[in-house]
Amino acid sequence: MEHTCFVETQANQDHVALNPFTAEGYSAGSSYDEMWDQNGRIRPHWQGFMQAINKLGGPALSKSRQEARRIFRENGVSYNVYGDPHGHQRTWDLDPIPFIISSEDWAEIEDGLIQRAELMNLILADLYGQQKLIQQGLLPAELVLGHEGYLRACDQFRQPNGMELHDFAVDLARGPDGRMWVLRDYAQSPAGIGYALENRTVMTRIMPQFFQDGHIHRISFFFRTLRAGLNSLPTRRTEQPRIVVLTPGPYSELYFEHAYLASYLGYPLVQGDDLAVREGHVWLKTLDGLQPVEVIIRRLNDRFCDPLELAEDSLLGVAGLLQAARMGNVMIVNPLGSGVLENPGLIPFLPGISRYYLGCDLKLPSAATWWCGQPTEREFVLENIHKIIIKPIYRAYGSTSFFGAMASRDECETMRQKIRAHPHLYVGQEQVSFSTAPCFIKGRIEPRHTAIRTFVTSHEGRFHVMKGGLSRAARDRGVSAPSRHFDNISKDTWILATRPERHVSLWLQPTTQEMAIERSGMLASRAAENLYWTGRYAERLEGTARILRNVIMQMNRVEESGNEVHQELIHLLQKSLTSVTEMYPGFLTDTPLTSQEASTEIRSIMSDENRMGSIPNLLGSLTTSAYMVRDRWSMDNWRVLDGIKNHWRNVQSNPHGHIFSAIYELDELITSLAAFMGLNMESMTREPGWLMLDSGRRIERGLWLIRMMKSLLVPQRDDLLQHMILESLLATHESLITHRRRYRSYLQLQTTLDVLLIDETNPRALAYQLERLQRDLGRMPRPRLATKFSAEEKLVLEATTQLRLVDLPSITKPSAENGYQKLLELLLFIESRLMSTSETLNHFYFSHAQGPRQLIPTRRKTENL
Amino acid sequence: MNYRVIHRTEYEYSDSANVCHNLAHLSPRQDAGQRCNSHFLSVVPQPSLLDERIDHFGNRTFYFSIEKPHRTMVVTATSLIDTQARNNTAHSASSWKTFGAELDGRPPRDQLIAKEFSLESPLIPRLEQLRHYAEPSFANHDGILAAAMDIMRRIFNEYTYDPAFTTLATPLRDVLEHKRGVCQDFAHLAIGCLRSFGIPARYISGYLETQPPPGQAKLVGADASHAWLSVYTPDAGWIELDPTNNQRPDNRYIVIGWGRDYSDLPPLKGVIFGGGTHNMKVSVDVEPLNR
Repeated sequence: MEHTCFVETQANQDHVALNPFTAEGYSAGSSYDEMWDQNGRIRPHWQGFMQAINKLGGPALSKSRQEARRIFRENGVSYNVYGDPHGHQRTWDLDPIPFIISSEDWAEIEDGLIQRAELMNLILADLYGQQKLIQQGLLPAELVLGHEGYLRACDQFRQPNGMELHDFAVDLARGPDGRMWVLRDYAQSPAGIGYALENRTVMTRIMPQFFQDGHIHRISFFFRTLRAGLNSLPTRRTEQPRIVVLTPGPYSELYFEHAYLASYLGYPLVQGDDLAVREGHVWLKTLDGLQPVEVIIRRLNDRFCDPLELAEDSLLGVAGLLQAARMGNVMIVNPLGSGVLENPGLIPFLPGISRYYLGCDLKLPSAATWWCGQPTEREFVLENIHKIIIKPIYRAYGSTSFFGAMASRDECETMRQKIRAHPHLYVGQEQVSFSTAPCFIKGRIEPRHTAIRTFVTSHEGRFHVMKGGLSRAARDRGVSAPSRHFDNISKDTWILATRPERHVSLWLQPTTQEMAIERSGMLASRAAENLYWTGRYAERLEGTARILRNVIMQMNRVEESGNEVHQELIHLLQKSLTSVTEMYPGFLTDTPLTSQEASTEIRSIMSDENRMGSIPNLLGSLTTSAYMVRDRWSMDNWRVLDGIKNHWRNVQSNPHGHIFSAIYELDELITSLAAFMGLNMESMTREPGWLMLDSGRRIERGLWLIRMMKSLLVPQRDDLLQHMILESLLATHESLITHRRRYRSYLQLQTTLDVLLIDETNPRALAYQLERLQRDLGRMPRPRLATKFSAEEKLVLEATTQLRLVDLPSITKPSAENGYQKLLELLLFIESRLMSTSETLNHFYFSHAQGPRQLIPTRRKTENL
Repeated sequence: MNYRVIHRTEYEYSDSANVCHNLAHLSPRQDAGQRCNSHFLSVVPQPSLLDERIDHFGNRTFYFSIEKPHRTMVVTATSLIDTQARNNTAHSASSWKTFGAELDGRPPRDQLIAKEFSLESPLIPRLEQLRHYAEPSFANHDGILAAAMDIMRRIFNEYTYDPAFTTLATPLRDVLEHKRGVCQDFAHLAIGCLRSFGIPARYISGYLETQPPPGQAKLVGADASHAWLSVYTPDAGWIELDPTNNQRPDNRYIVIGWGRDYSDLPPLKGVIFGGGTHNMKVSVDVEPLNR
């Protein structure tokens, strides 16, 4: 036997017994089983693995699976079930049992995949070129012309290198004959590459022992090829092309993968309105202005890519993109129009096309498929509808296959009518029982129907296959095939190597040109905006938590319960909580809230996520902003955010605890937020992205401080109450210790303002925020103007100057009736400058101008002759 | 006949428009029994890019973009066209009953084109009502052309020309229900009827010279763009029909181009950034030269 894999070094080939925990219940059933042969033996290429996991035992496997789940969750690997960025993400579920393919088997599969990619490439070129296949009768015209993926606007323009298809994926499953069959082709923007990589990464962490001797093919080679292929695309630019990844956005079910891939390959992740077409070229809107783009990796269905020439109602695309591509100024992979290949109606014609183009038979078979546009085939499908599968030739969003065997008589009749009305839009397909593979389910090993997605990419005119893939198993036993969505059990795919493979680092050696590009760090305006808001929300959340904690702590001081002044302090703090967080009416009622009512209000701030400004509400906003720039956070950062989210979900689910216990929850929240901001501080380069994050944070902290002071310090109070307020304010802003060190127990408005207002060395002081903001803004990229300062810099400069010129003794002198009027004026002045700064940033850096609209010509009147 | 056609479209925006991308189908084809001796497309303000190409259907298509703030946009297409004497009495004997077999005898290129125009298209879905409406015409006439002319005559007699009724968004279903519409609707309707019996038909966009009432001078800008259709017969090829006027087009008809329906070649369409609300004015002059 050819295998020299790890299997034989460990296994006695003839008698591999299963441990009770696996053998029990593992009855492979009537289908072909990947692991078990028909004689009740473990197939040779599974023996090593099965023996090893038998030795490990069920509990260890369970632990591995949990470990995998934990890593996935912490890394934020998710799949948006309903495309809601915070509601319905499903954490990736990885089976610790991989899908194992022997090297002989793989050689055939690989061959077949390359042949299929070559064939698809030729078909694509022909359908948007001379259409010989149709004219020579190899493809029926209606099959192509009636397919919605056939985009007439893309007719007659070709990629300069003759490689129409860059990335391609095929779902395979093993048929009853033991060969791998093709289930489906993906020719638009094949999904799953990122998940496959993530699966492998996690497998090497939870089961490192299997990867040590190099008998499992590494998938890293594929990613090198993928990147090399993209970098060497024949664009107009002589140097390395500038590449972006175009995503439909965070509501896409595959957003995680788009972000992951962009970040892994090092290309900016952009949405349609981050790009603009000018003079027939594509540009990325960045903080530095428009930056040229030569290659777009589109993760967007081609019909939505250009509202001018394709789907007019699409807000996801880029107006004029098709024109830019037509002029050869941008390369789009895969090219627009490649969706025409995602057509199950092609299946019955592929063998003929293969002989026509390649002079040989198709290497990978498919299930028998009948296109209903042909009379004989149609009759056959109509007669046998109760035992076959009906698929539309074009997969519209939400369309599903019809399983005749599971349908009622009436449903079959309705389907027949649909086919009769539009026969060319349907195919019938034989329902095949594909193979099962062992899956670890609830502590046992059970067979489940499994399919693998395989990936092909092109480089230097040739196609290359990933030696691995993304395997998916049906969750339930009766299900004949996993759905094409990722909502099922995922498996790593191991291709066994005949000889040990040397380790190759995933790190690619960039060229100098490439390095130059990376350094310029194109920051899309949208990303800038979301970083800015991440900074603001994180700070607002921390501010809210701090005030709230202080209020609860004061309410908790039972020794003061009889003290009227202290009661007044509590009311003042509660009112200030409401006015600073703007959660009206809150505590701003005519009569003070009873302690019962106060607890209810506090619980609401802690747990009502639908209330603007509440902690879960702010947490939602923070996560959404951070998620929009998913590609920019490190694993650690994401883990911290994830921890906060999970922790708070627990807090919310237990709303009846004593409110004083909330102090601990708030402590934890404040610490985690500090960790999040601290990680950014320590690990983000001081590039525009960081400047945006920090500016957001500084503006928010400044505004927060001003509002606190406005509500607590401006009115004049009795000495004792004033003293308590100052102490509490300093404590809330982490500055009590500083104050004590500096002034001992001498506590006055003037000394407090010295610490919290004008001290440029205190990170909690207003002056410090302004100084930092000034520095951040000064380093931001902007078009070189004659004036030295930008509008936003001028605003901050005004605020800083006003603050520096302040005379503390004079502003701490109360006026007769209005309290500290001069202090109020100063605070209002700085507040207005900070708000204007935010608006200016928004206008100058973030505004994506106006959204596109269709100019629809109204109908012309026609003279009736 | 020699004509000079001036087709002027003016947009006025309430706000400054920053950028717009446009497609224009305003330039007459060279084939189709006419010669376009001169064509000039003027865009004000000056576009940053103006690019001409031939589209999937062989029509002349212009892309242009204006990339500086503007409050008005004027697109003027001026064409000098010589329409050659058109045979609008050509006869076809092809029967719709044997259409499939007859088509199979045609060269592959013709078959492909014929099939392109017999399937559903974005604005002409396959509707039961269309087939139902077409039924009597096909029942009474074996010949494709005869049936098509019957449909043309029936639309002309049974439908009311009513510019107030339809907008661009009026679906064919509503036109059928209310029996009202304008030239685009009637062309779409006739095409839909023919396609429901598997007969290829295409939408033609163009102009028709109008005559002033006797004794009056012709008003500038009184003409308009027009739409009609063309039906495919295996023996005589494509034959044009104008259901709005119940006649077979002669050399007073000027063709811009054709497609599956209006959506394949709207005279002007665009995507605009900014601009607020807009006002549009269109004027068309079809002026006969050296009559």
